[in-house]
Amino acid sequence: MVKKLISLIVNGETVERAVEDRTLLIHFLREDLALKGAHIGCETTHCGACTVDMNGRSVKSCTIFAVQAEGARIRTIEGMAEADGTLHPLQEGFRQEHGLQCGYCTPGMIMRAHRLLQENPNPSDDEIRMGIAGNLCRCTGYQNIVKAIRHAAGKLQVREAAE
Amino acid sequence: MNEHTPISERTAKLEGIGCKRKRVEDIRFVQGKGNYVDDIVLPGMLFGDFVRSPYAHARIKAIHKEAALALPGVKAVLTAADLIPLNLHYMPTLAGDVQAVLAHEKVLFQNQEVVFVIATDRYIAADAVELIEVEYEELPPLVDPFKAMAPDAPLLREDIKDKASGAHGPRKHHNHIFTWAVGDKPSTDAAFAGAAVTVKELISYQRCHPCPMETCASVASMDKINGELTLWGTFQAPHVVRTVASLIAGIPEHKIRVIAPDIGGGFGNKVGVYPGYVMSVVGSIVLGKPVKWVEDRIENLSATAFARDYHMTGELAATSDGRITALRAHVLADHGAFDACADPTKFPAGLFHICTGSYDIPVAHVEVDGVYTNKAPGGVAYRCSFRVTEAAYMIERLVDILAQKLGMDAAELRSKNFIQTAQFPYKSALGWEYDSGDYPTAMNKVLGAVGYDALRAEQAQMLADFKAGTSRKLMGIGVSFFTEIVGAGPSKNCDILGIGMFDSCEIRVHPTGSAIARLGTKSQGQGHETTYAQILATETGIPADMITIEEGDTDTAPYGLGTYGSRSTPVAGAACSRAGKKVRQKAQMIAAHLLEVHHDDLEWDVDGFQIKGLPERRKSMKELAWAAYNDVPPGMEMGLEAVDYYDPPNFTFPFGAYICVAEIDVETGETKIRRFYALDDCGTRINPMIIEGQVHGGLTEAFGIAMGQIIDYDETGNVRGASFMDYFLPTAVETPYWETDYTETPSPHHPIGAKGVGESPNVGGVPAFSNAVNDAFAKLGGVHMQMPHTAPRVWNYAKGLGLVS
Repeated sequence: MVKKLISLIVNGETVERAVEDRTLLIHFLREDLALKGAHIGCETTHCGACTVDMNGRSVKSCTIFAVQAEGARIRTIEGMAEADGTLHPLQEGFRQEHGLQCGYCTPGMIMRAHRLLQENPNPSDDEIRMGIAGNLCRCTGYQNIVKAIRHAAGKLQVREAAE
Repeated sequence: MNEHTPISERTAKLEGIGCKRKRVEDIRFVQGKGNYVDDIVLPGMLFGDFVRSPYAHARIKAIHKEAALALPGVKAVLTAADLIPLNLHYMPTLAGDVQAVLAHEKVLFQNQEVVFVIATDRYIAADAVELIEVEYEELPPLVDPFKAMAPDAPLLREDIKDKASGAHGPRKHHNHIFTWAVGDKPSTDAAFAGAAVTVKELISYQRCHPCPMETCASVASMDKINGELTLWGTFQAPHVVRTVASLIAGIPEHKIRVIAPDIGGGFGNKVGVYPGYVMSVVGSIVLGKPVKWVEDRIENLSATAFARDYHMTGELAATSDGRITALRAHVLADHGAFDACADPTKFPAGLFHICTGSYDIPVAHVEVDGVYTNKAPGGVAYRCSFRVTEAAYMIERLVDILAQKLGMDAAELRSKNFIQTAQFPYKSALGWEYDSGDYPTAMNKVLGAVGYDALRAEQAQMLADFKAGTSRKLMGIGVSFFTEIVGAGPSKNCDILGIGMFDSCEIRVHPTGSAIARLGTKSQGQGHETTYAQILATETGIPADMITIEEGDTDTAPYGLGTYGSRSTPVAGAACSRAGKKVRQKAQMIAAHLLEVHHDDLEWDVDGFQIKGLPERRKSMKELAWAAYNDVPPGMEMGLEAVDYYDPPNFTFPFGAYICVAEIDVETGETKIRRFYALDDCGTRINPMIIEGQVHGGLTEAFGIAMGQIIDYDETGNVRGASFMDYFLPTAVETPYWETDYTETPSPHHPIGAKGVGESPNVGGVPAFSNAVNDAFAKLGGVHMQMPHTAPRVWNYAKGLGLVS
């Protein structure tokens, strides 16, 4: 099948690859770039396990073609920790507040929470619940995820105030 | 840290039993560095995909695979005809039946596996699936289990039509699987005949699905030169898979390595053996290349496992003042097209006979009939111990229905019939010996915490307002007091394929005082890497952070029966404790040698041995580990390691009291959960943080089941509910806020008193929600509404009661 060259920025690095028109972004990330943090849970945009950040929006990469990401700036879970390994406050918050169990939804959940906190740095519990309604979790019952996101929001605000 | 460090500080450093230790596995999961089956990539790996049946019941007339084979990248197209020479077209199920790997002559449920395609990538495999044409001749489908044994019911299983008996005794009809009965029928019938009050209700527990976020998957790699098969997969019980693979494929067991890497949730879905696993192995054997199979969500919901589908006609007999005198039940169990239930061999209805619940019921009798229908096979324990959630749902609904008939309060009737604390160990009418419990304390704590009497007063006021026409809202209070039976189990009761349901732990202490332990279970999110290390830390004095826990690789882990039925802590956790004690015993001999005293003169103190009365003369476990490799007593083997295979003497019996407060808008049928209070008693609490997380998750799954989940079929056998458009998984928005509480009644027979908790909230939660919804209508003519309590169903129920026009 004919392939098309695409160029995009993933976690701050420019990547160029030839892909088929029909290749889904999630398969491109996982199989071509070996960024396996985003997962596939439904392939129908319902579960959010494949959520990544694309051009400042949360997207479900299972229903976007890789060719649609031409020129895009994408951030995945692999791009969240600092270069020295320091965890992002959301990653730290999920661990501190026991916001994960099997870990399968976690990368998508954290990427969604990241964008939510960009849009609303100090969300209420109800706003957090609404903000992650497109991401399903079968293990935690969400209560500790809400706490984890609140934890991170607090840390990020302290950090911002210090800067 | 030295001998002068206070005990409290040394204990804290261990992060042992009782500590809210942060999870070890989270470090990789929060960075997207988990290793799930679909993350596995091997050189030359191929992808498999299925052609599935569009019909529930049809004869296969022809399969045309030429067009698919002509597609570049397609490596093989396999049908039952290809498997017959290998005798692989059927595989044994855990329930003593067989299941078609690829449909042979007939299809028996919609989305059944018919053809397996193998191609160089998943897109080409999907293209090939589209190119394959299968000709069918439709046959009449059997969807309603109540019609399965009608004289004119269609014959489903032609492959066993002449078998007069199955794995569990005689069959009385061509669609009959088994009849299983327990209890004292004459005494029970006599108690009912003479009872002042009786209730009887058909209580159906709908077909639903565990639906973990990660679907089922496998990667098989056959090394033809050495004759070795490596199989990665979503396996809750990897050792059992190895044994089954050896039996099916005829490969000696030592030549098979099964690896369950990180698993994205299981909830019972990943206990069974599915055609996809078998076909990835067959594909790899045929082609000599690794073959990956990953099911999509529709395949998951419609073909690999289902849960429940139990239709329970339950009865209680009681005195006029509310003393329960007998329980009787008949269950019609819909097992689908093949009996692929995951139950201990002796119990085709699992541990359903825990259905006398938390109550001292003198006599009982239960009979279960299993039948075939044109539906997906399965019958897995969705976050419960083998049919325990069905049992708890039936008894907890029946007690409410009895309370309603007697005009008694639901909590009061329960308390009146509780097994009393002094009665433990308690022998139930259906044969179980409950190990321990303190039911009144738990119940009273919960009633006090929620302000039960005030809630009932508020409910009465809302009912009065509703009747007066000033409000359209009703309040329901759901009380649930459940007793579980988990930790399967004693090998005298429980085996899988003849293998006793023990579990195991092997620990090796390194010279510098750290350790590795391996177990026969397999975490799917429960946090075993964290909690097992806590048990070992307490037992050995080695800090939990210095103990690596490994599971899931059959080449390295000792044989175990896996993780399901809340058995990891009760069984493998016990093995941990005992293996740790064995290490400590050897360390004590080494300490005696080093301190030049008799070992009886030593006492254990958190993380080392000290001379009784001379605590300053001590050897820490770290020092003893080093000595184990250079200075052991004469005649002693070097090294410091232990292995323990634990066969529990009994099950454990966790219990809990749950209260659900619901508000129903009768005009729309919508239910709002105002409050949910859950008290769990799981005995000794190893990691309270993880326990609370398990309870939150289990309650959320219970909420999903009670309020929305159903896999149902139309009259032609089309599956409905097999996608996330149709199958209800609660989001953060619908999910209620959970309040948790506990009491702690240790199991007397368990080495550390732990009972298991993962499934309690599902077992106890479902009746709490359902009782709340039913309770709202109990004074308006309602008796029992079948689950799930979706808004349209509740609205229709209210309409049937004449409450909406």
